[in-house]
Amino acid sequence: MWAILSILVENKPGILFKITHLFRARNFNIDSISVGITENPDYSKMTITTYGDEKRIEQVVKQLDKMIDTVKVEHLDESKTVFRELCIFKINLSNANDSMEVNKLANAYGGKVHDVKKDSMMVELSATPDQVKAFEELARPFGILDVARTGVAALQRSGA
Amino acid sequence: MNEMETMTGAKALMTAMEKEGVKQVFGLPGGANLPMYDEFNRCDIRHILVRHEQSAAHMADGFGRVSRKPGVCFATSGPGATNILTGIATAQADSAPMIAVTGQVAVNMIGRDAFQESDIIGMANPVVKYAFQPRSAGEIPEVVKKGFFIAETGRPGPVLIDVPKDVQTNEAPMEFPDEFKIQGYHPWADPDIVNVERAIDMLLHAEKPIILAGGGAIISSAFAELQAVAETLMLPVVSTFKGKGAFPETHPLSLGPIGMHGHAEANKMMAEADCVLAIGTRFSDRSVGTFEAFEKRLKIIHMDVDPAEIGKNQNAQIAVVGDVKVNLRVMVKLLLQKAIKKTDESLWVKHVKETKSYWKENLKIHPGELGAAKILRKLRELLPKESIVTTEVGQHQMWASLFYDVVQPGTFFSSTGLGTMGWGFPAAIGAKVAKPDVPVVDIAGDGSFSMTENSLATAVLEDIPVIVFILNNSTLGMVAQWQRTFYDRRMTGVEQHSCPDYVKLAESYGAQGIRAQSMDELDKAIKNALSSDVATVIDIPIDPEEDVLPFVAPGTSLSDMILPS
Repeated sequence: MWAILSILVENKPGILFKITHLFRARNFNIDSISVGITENPDYSKMTITTYGDEKRIEQVVKQLDKMIDTVKVEHLDESKTVFRELCIFKINLSNANDSMEVNKLANAYGGKVHDVKKDSMMVELSATPDQVKAFEELARPFGILDVARTGVAALQRSGA
Repeated sequence: MNEMETMTGAKALMTAMEKEGVKQVFGLPGGANLPMYDEFNRCDIRHILVRHEQSAAHMADGFGRVSRKPGVCFATSGPGATNILTGIATAQADSAPMIAVTGQVAVNMIGRDAFQESDIIGMANPVVKYAFQPRSAGEIPEVVKKGFFIAETGRPGPVLIDVPKDVQTNEAPMEFPDEFKIQGYHPWADPDIVNVERAIDMLLHAEKPIILAGGGAIISSAFAELQAVAETLMLPVVSTFKGKGAFPETHPLSLGPIGMHGHAEANKMMAEADCVLAIGTRFSDRSVGTFEAFEKRLKIIHMDVDPAEIGKNQNAQIAVVGDVKVNLRVMVKLLLQKAIKKTDESLWVKHVKETKSYWKENLKIHPGELGAAKILRKLRELLPKESIVTTEVGQHQMWASLFYDVVQPGTFFSSTGLGTMGWGFPAAIGAKVAKPDVPVVDIAGDGSFSMTENSLATAVLEDIPVIVFILNNSTLGMVAQWQRTFYDRRMTGVEQHSCPDYVKLAESYGAQGIRAQSMDELDKAIKNALSSDVATVIDIPIDPEEDVLPFVAPGTSLSDMILPS
């Protein structure tokens, strides 16, 4: 299963290292990771997505929870969570119509267009990993020249 | 609030440690920890000099396990710090409380590959419970306070405090706090009455219940509670190797350790049981072999202070998270309240006792006068029951597990998790410092003892008279046994060629060296060592071909033991 973990940590140097080290040392995988300061500057929030069976995910959560620098560790329920990642694709333009087609595609996914050049353009997308994957499939025939992704950021819905 | 006094970071560190009750530090000085060393001239903390930093860590570890207060070791930056790393990892693997203080290059030199700089925080991270690197002198009092708290509470472990040299020399007004907050650390859980009650019910309804006592039972000194539960419910008790001696091994319900070199009767009964009360154990591979063979039949009640251990290696039907002493006490109380006390021996207990006496009579031991079993039984016979035993790592360690019965709980310690050769002797020194009035014996092999034998200098010069008891087969014996068993006797890299002569080695350090070549000589040597004022090395030549048996080969189940033929 795919799991979104939300980890509240003290905002101190070296914590990202410890968290990623734990994943490596315990043979867990990091699918994506994003880190940012919270509304309270004493804390940072990390969102890590990972794969594993239920037992494994439970073990990841427990090991993270055991760390002294983690304040709160949650395995978020996807259905009760808003989660997005930001991606920027650089897409190849070879035919005259490509620019328009890519523009349409970007619009369909709520993306924004940047840096439109004769032979390439960029699309900025904020979407779920599944949507990103779908966009990627559709953009592939044009030729994806480069991509940068932030990893998932996630927040539980109120009352969830 | 306490009165603020301006002082250097080094002085603050020593003052904070004195406030924690530290009486001695095991260590070795170097460039980056000189300011802290200078403070030994101005405080009451005793410094015990080692000849290698790894031994300082093992001494602190031995001290910590025996006294249940963190032992403290000092090392300088760079190689000093990397040298104690093995000792820190050993303490972490066995959940031993420890404070390791390393010197570091000055803050403005960090990251510039300065002389004797090593990123010890980065290196130690996976093998410490926590690591601090104070960046200003004023942080030190709180860092020390938190460090001791983290090291000794919950599941104990080593804490590293890495102090840059300028942080040691800089002055600051110091406040020594009585209170502090660590937001993400919750070492205590409330007693879990509901699950303890469910556990009792499960045990009462089981046909073949058994207790598996792990190291956690020793760490929390749950000896009386464990014994009360076993006796009230008439439960046979096996242990892990780390839990050896949590329950008196001379007790009629005791079967001894299970595992790769567990007692035959313990492995047999563990494999037949249908319900286990597992107390403070992580179900390590060395203990359980592979559980799959009987795990469908086995119901597991898992008590542990560390929630992450529940379900890590083994799924449990009932989990009781929290200090095992606290929860066992709840169990004892509930049993009393409910007036539950078993008096008749069940068929299961009868079967267990029969199995135990069968193996007592029928386990073949080495026929020679100086076979391992005979040597260790002689040691047991002559040692007072309160004596503390440590071991090195290898065949002698497993023979000690098989043939040295722990009578008084909590008097047997070994490097069981990391399996660090060279641990036993310095750990014995640390144990003797913690309990100077009881005999302390390191049951050793020649291979392991060689790794930290220079601690003889510490034992002699610091007047810490421990006994090193070498079962000397002039071989890296356990490796040799595996080569005999699994590699068709292709012996590689195991022969020690009787080098050095351990009697002369001991004498060269000013210790007493005795060679025992018969049971009569052994008897005299042990008695002599017990009355000696100076550390004694007893060198006992044994048959290099003697195997440790029974043996559960890796990846097989406890019921598939290789037995002596």
